[in-house]
Amino acid sequence: MSKFTSKPVRDSLTIACATLLHTSGNAQAELMEDIEIDTAVLYYSESDGRISLIEPVIKLKSELDEDEFFSLQIVFDALTGASPNGAQASNVSQTFTTPSGNGSYTTAPNELPLDDTFRDTRLAVTASLEKPVDRLTKNIYTANFSKEFDWLSLGAGYTYSKDFNQRNTTFTAGAGLTLDTISPIGGTPVALSTMAAPDKGSDEDRTSYDLMVGLTQVLSKKTITQLNLGISQSDGYHNDPFKLVSEIDNITGLPTSTYYFESRPDSRQRTTLYWKTAHHLTEDVINFAYRFYTDDWGVDSHTLDLKYRFTLSDTDYLQPHIRYYSQSAADFYRHSLLTSETVPEFVSADYRLGEFNTMTYGIKYGRSLGKNHDISGRIEFMQQTGDSNPADAVGEQQNQDLYPDLDAIILQFSYSFIW
Amino acid sequence: MSKTIQAVSALLLVLSLSACTTENVKPWERGILAKQSMQLVPDELENFLDEHIYFSKEASTGGQSVGGGGCGCN
Repeated sequence: MSKFTSKPVRDSLTIACATLLHTSGNAQAELMEDIEIDTAVLYYSESDGRISLIEPVIKLKSELDEDEFFSLQIVFDALTGASPNGAQASNVSQTFTTPSGNGSYTTAPNELPLDDTFRDTRLAVTASLEKPVDRLTKNIYTANFSKEFDWLSLGAGYTYSKDFNQRNTTFTAGAGLTLDTISPIGGTPVALSTMAAPDKGSDEDRTSYDLMVGLTQVLSKKTITQLNLGISQSDGYHNDPFKLVSEIDNITGLPTSTYYFESRPDSRQRTTLYWKTAHHLTEDVINFAYRFYTDDWGVDSHTLDLKYRFTLSDTDYLQPHIRYYSQSAADFYRHSLLTSETVPEFVSADYRLGEFNTMTYGIKYGRSLGKNHDISGRIEFMQQTGDSNPADAVGEQQNQDLYPDLDAIILQFSYSFIW
Repeated sequence: MSKTIQAVSALLLVLSLSACTTENVKPWERGILAKQSMQLVPDELENFLDEHIYFSKEASTGGQSVGGGGCGCN
């Protein structure tokens, strides 16, 4: 959040500092002696008793030396609710063993099977150091730690940034490494073993490498654009240990008593192309982003994101937001397996790997409360829709919604100040 | 891999087009560009929280930075 939004004096100072630094190599910018503090609380809730999340976050930023910044971000998540277990709805009741193997739950006829034993909390800390090399070049180092009940993630990143062309062009290049360790309660289910007689293994891990290059270009006094190309490679355990795949009788379309633990490939390569532009009209600002994503699991996606900031006054703004997302299914996504077929090497019924669209509509209101105090709030509605009646459904499956919509509400309140 | 090549080609195309239309903006002409509302990520926490939501609900992720923390999000 901004400490500088709609503050003509601060803007003038920013320009003055930028001008000074360009005209005198010996210029000494005044250090930011205070700590910028940004805080926010997110509330996310899905309909039909699915996931609810409360996520407070705080970010502290301080200038250690001239143009050298250190920031620390701390996030806490508390998740409750029920998550689809991957099995399919049917006109009969279905009983499932909990992921830990210590209990069971029953899904009523014609209901989507949801694991309602789901609870989780997460603590995530990110530290970042931005260190100038010279007037045009800087290095950014980041370190991440994230821990939840059954998951540990450690990450590190490095980004190099250099300005050219009278600082109208910025080149960035970055590399990142993430190490994840997954430790499900009761052991990690072996892929394609069955819920009734699961094979359980020990902890699993995954290593991810990210590379990115980007260019930021000032197009005019009122327009700036950025293009990033990212490549990511991950190796290791990629399954969701809680997801099942139903076995369905190929004549009746009813579930047999067999549910397989899903099986995904042990590597994934992703490529992203990300384009962002901000354009200032007379008073208002348009912020547009497009991302193309492709991976070697067969998922391609397009994301469009548009924000329009109406300036209501020197201290207030209103910002509608619309986001559209569309993805193709992973090659191994199946809503279920049939008794008449051989179980494939890779299969997942995780709805997030299916073909679907997401639409998000929202509005945000922001206000400056005076010197260095800003508040904002937003409300958004998200809906995911997929193919509820796929052509390959058999028997009773044709009477079921095989891709139920997901509706969610997003609320966020933010407060920023300088301490 | 062919899609990676397509993505790189698109990147080069957009860059070459943008190079034709850029204006050399002087440091003292950056009053508007210096505003927080004109930053490419004007609200970092909102961006972070959105990334977390969509990372948890969609198969696609990334594109904005490197080395982000993972999670077993549902």
